[in-house]
Parts: sequence; C-alpha cells; structure tokens
Amino acid sequence: MGAIETIEKRQLAERPAMKSGDTVRVHVKVREGDKERIQIFEGLVIGLHRGGTRASFTVRKVSFGQGVERIFPLHSPTIQKVEVVRTAKVRRAKLYYLRELKGKAARMKDAGRS
Amino acid sequence: MVTGIIGRKVGMTQVFDADGTVHPATVIKAGPCVVVQAKTAQTDGYEAVQLGLVEPRPAKATRAMQGHFKRASVPPARVTREVRVAAGGDAVKAGDPVLVSIFADGERVDVIGTGRGKGFQGVVRRHHFGGGAATHGSMFHRAPGSIGASSFPSRVVKGMRAAGRMGGGRVTTLNLKVLRVDPDNHLLVVEGGVPGAPESVVIVRKAAALKKLKVAQVEKPKKAKK
Repeated sequence: MGAIETIEKRQLAERPAMKSGDTVRVHVKVREGDKERIQIFEGLVIGLHRGGTRASFTVRKVSFGQGVERIFPLHSPTIQKVEVVRTAKVRRAKLYYLRELKGKAARMKDAGRS
Repeated sequence: MVTGIIGRKVGMTQVFDADGTVHPATVIKAGPCVVVQAKTAQTDGYEAVQLGLVEPRPAKATRAMQGHFKRASVPPARVTREVRVAAGGDAVKAGDPVLVSIFADGERVDVIGTGRGKGFQGVVRRHHFGGGAATHGSMFHRAPGSIGASSFPSRVVKGMRAAGRMGGGRVTTLNLKVLRVDPDNHLLVVEGGVPGAPESVVIVRKAAALKKLKVAQVEKPKKAKK
C-alpha cells in the first residue's frame, strides 16, 4: 500500500455503493450557532468523482421548479449517512444532460433490480 | 535534541477536520535516519549532526565515504544532510536513530527542498514583467523592453533581469502545520504544499523563524498609531 493510501485509509467513511442514476437521501450535519441538526438533501446522483478521500458526488434535485445541485465530499464527516432510495437505469456515468431537461423528460426508468 | 529529519516527498492529498473542513496536505516519508557524524562546539564551532537517510538498500560508497560511515558504524547512505541540534536534551552521538517522532501534531515546521525546474523562461514568467498589449496593433508582447541607455554606460548594468533558467533551486517553505505524525510508517503529513517533485529529497525541521514572525505582527499596529 502506498503512503498516501495509508494516510487516507483512516479517513474513509462507510458509504453505500452508489452510482449515477441513484436517488439518494444525504443526511448532512448543519451547525446553527452551537446547535447541530441533521438536514436531508434528497436528489439524483448525476456524477461520482473517485479518488480516495478526495472522492465526491453530485446530487441534483428540483426544488420549487429551480434546479439545485450539491457536490458532497464522499468521506466528509459532516455527512452522517447516505441512503439509496431508488436506482434508475442509465447509460452514462455523468448525467449532466439532465440539466437541460425538465418535467416529464427528466424522468428516469427504474432499474430492473431491487 | 535533533531539530530536523531527512525525508522524501510522496504527494498530496486532503485531510478532513472534525467539522468537515478540508485541508490540503502533503505526505512526506520522513526517515528513518541515523546520525552519521555529531558536530560539537569544541571540534567544529557549532552544534549539529549529519544525518543519513536509511533506505532498503545501502548506497555504493567510495572508499573514503565507506570509512566515514564506518566510524559511525552505520550503512552508507545515499542522502546525507546536516541539521542543527537545539541546546538542552541528551547529547547525540554517531549511530543514534532519528525518527519522525521528533515532531508532534499541530507543531510548525519548515520544509526545505529542491524546487521543480521550469526550464528557460521569458521575463514575464520569470520576473513578472507586465508585457505589452496583445492586440490593438501593439507590436510589443512579451519582450523585456529597454535594458539600459546607449553610449553611456555602453554596457548592460549587472543584475539586469532577463530571460533564462528558472526554478530548480533550493526552496524553503516556512511554518507549515503538522497535521499528522505516523511513527509506525515513518510518515509526516503537513498542511499545504512542499517544494519539489514527488520522490525528491526534503529536509523537515522545526520552524526556525516562528518567534520572529509573531513579534513582527505585534509591532506593526503600534507604528501605525503614531
């Protein structure tokens, strides 16, 4: 194992196997003053960037008609957990084409597996 | 106490804080080192040690250097560097190991290495000259411009900045924070970048100018009030 992996290994958090097309609920810790609470960001994973502790994933949702994307560091301690709600059948790794689509056109077909 | 160690830059990664803040970090494989020669005030006029980096295979050394390493009864090292010894603490002698555990988390260190060579560069990159306009009929783009007067002094004054070889020299980065020390694997993680390419040799030493910096910051506001 390389030296960088040795350093990174301790920081890797347990995350479910995600892929593009998954609908996920990301439980994010939010600090308000000295209080901490959990906020849930639910949306579609439109891309993953691999790379040890530097890995990140992009979640897109449409909130009140406005597209919102958040890029989360995959192993950030601010993420309490990630739930995979649904898996859609997609043909590419990065679903950036969804940004131009809305409503019915942006629907995803469920994958055959559960 | 030995104040520094020889290492090799491994590469960069990032480290999370408890609150999720991400810090850029450089991983250095620091040591293990051995003291090849202890220099004392009586014999050399100052307190220092010559360290040798211990590598899996010992170096091929000339007869003369073999003798030098034999005096300390250590295997020949490819890389030797000298670091200062701080006053106080036990006296170090030849053959003593120097490990990454001389540093602690949160401590400030200086990292000295050989910067990456940039090759032959023009004045804009090498000396931050402004250059000329790119368009509007400008015929002056990245040239240095005038380098002096004509018949007097009939020469270019010494020290005129010009194009030439850039980089590849000794570079010191001051006051980097130690994020993590891993004595088992001889690894050191410091915040921020470190000079040189991966695999290049660096010296990590306890921050030499830390106190001076603090004093300068305190004094400055006083002058402004006057």
